[in-house]
Amino acid sequence: MSLASVSIGYIPLVDAAPLIVAQEMGFASEEGLSLDLRRAPSWSSVRDMLAFGQVDAAHMLSPVPVATALGLGGAGAKFSAISVLSMNGNVIGVSSELAARLRGVGHDFGFSDAFKAGRALIEAKTERLRIGVPFPFSMHAELLYYWLSALGLPAPQSVDIRTVPPPLMAAAIEAGEIDAFCVGEPWGSQAVDNGVGELLLPCSAIWSAAPEKVLAVRSDWVEHESSLTGRLIRSLWRAGRWLGNPDSRTLASELLSRPEYLNLPSEILDHALTGNLVISPAGAQRHVEGFVEFFHGAATFPWRSQAEWIGAQLAARTGLDRDAARKASRAVFRSDLYRQALASTSADLPGASSKLEGALEVPTPVSSPSGRLILGRNQFFDGRIFEPLKD
Amino acid sequence: MTTPLSIIIVETDRTRAQLIVDSLKDAGAFDISVISDPTGLARQIQARNPDVVLIDIENPSRDTMEELALASGPLDRPVAMFVDRSDEGLSSAAIEAGVSAYIVDGLQSQRVKPIIDAAIARFRMFQRMRTELAETKKALEERKVIDRAKGMMMRARGISEDEAYALLRKTAMDQGKRVADVAQALVTAAGLLS
Repeated sequence: MSLASVSIGYIPLVDAAPLIVAQEMGFASEEGLSLDLRRAPSWSSVRDMLAFGQVDAAHMLSPVPVATALGLGGAGAKFSAISVLSMNGNVIGVSSELAARLRGVGHDFGFSDAFKAGRALIEAKTERLRIGVPFPFSMHAELLYYWLSALGLPAPQSVDIRTVPPPLMAAAIEAGEIDAFCVGEPWGSQAVDNGVGELLLPCSAIWSAAPEKVLAVRSDWVEHESSLTGRLIRSLWRAGRWLGNPDSRTLASELLSRPEYLNLPSEILDHALTGNLVISPAGAQRHVEGFVEFFHGAATFPWRSQAEWIGAQLAARTGLDRDAARKASRAVFRSDLYRQALASTSADLPGASSKLEGALEVPTPVSSPSGRLILGRNQFFDGRIFEPLKD
Repeated sequence: MTTPLSIIIVETDRTRAQLIVDSLKDAGAFDISVISDPTGLARQIQARNPDVVLIDIENPSRDTMEELALASGPLDRPVAMFVDRSDEGLSSAAIEAGVSAYIVDGLQSQRVKPIIDAAIARFRMFQRMRTELAETKKALEERKVIDRAKGMMMRARGISEDEAYALLRKTAMDQGKRVADVAQALVTAAGLLS
């Protein structure tokens, strides 16, 4: 049988793993697909490649398709997120100078308590904080705004959140352009490796269940290509399941490190996949359980409530009508298509498509066909609960 | 007479930047400047307040431009990506050619079109040069591998160079593969066995 080719734009990051694994480990070909993976130089170019039909699908920051639906940035093409690709996986880091000041105010770099780290950061800063993020519409930016605002530093008003392309983040810190950054792996580890910064916190300490990347397609493409859509969702789900098995880690980092993909030593990719991060040039290590999650706890289920949370945050800081934004946002995450595609598999899917965000203090069983589905901890650091609109 | 549009080109390579400037000068009278250092790009652009910004799609600093699309204070001029407002054929041609253009909101598209047309033509040429360079490199690499494979066969079977090549070509034809791929397989296998 000849394989149907699907072109997918991606950014070379650890969380592009499900796409690379689906192609390299044969999960795509099992579904009769061949993934033509095209590495892109920036998030705006991935988005535009998708909007103008140069690719069929794209690895995207979860807030991008939501922002596009709200008319923020982009060329006006409507996108649908047909699967989440990963949860969490970002880190917040600071310049060596700021790290020294943090120690000066008694911070212990415990790497787990967002309250302590945030308060120390606010105390240690001498002027307006300048923080680099990869893109204006990103979980990085949203979590920073959420975190700092909750700690009494109203964001975006009293901080400078600047867009710095991740490969240039270490250089920007070194040049004193920014004081801190929030990036996905391997760029945080890279800054530590280069000796220009230290890691302060994993973003999962701010929200333990943040949808990080999604697979986005044009909404009209979904209408015409329902078979390809289903096959794509299934092959990525199987790739995620494979990645969720700890035994796969070594091979996964080997695959990712290849020159045609991330082109980086596999040791630096291991940090993210194992959750064993080196947080300072001196070599201090911290372990983060489930640092980046590709499978467990229905990690790739595109919850309507996740999109709604993103939409509510975006609306609040850009002055859009909040209710309208929440309604428009929730339609972007296509839990219906995901459910339909996986009905024929052994995947245990949640009964609902929307949930309270931030309401699970511990892993909790939820209603599902087999009754064996357990959702992971889902908590904001300040204990707030986000209630979605009724279905 | 309206004032000439101001254009900023974001390009670190001076030769390329000059070529773009030259083609724009042929397309009309504009006030053109070049930013070659991408640090603090958003601030540099805001300070100069241009009508149009041209930037290579391959340039990772392009994401910084997206920030400007959000600048919506009363005195800020929001910068929209060109594709936002104008006819779609032109913008997708620009994307395909590898250039992205950001223009200030509200500028008439007939004033911008000559700029975009000139930029597209220039970037298409860059793209051709890039492809040609990549092709030449690949062809050279392949020649090297074929030479190594020929050498191995000559030693192992005591045949002439022409015979070795004929054998490679025949094998490739029989298997429906390219000569370079068969040569590569032979070199890899030999590496594993030695």
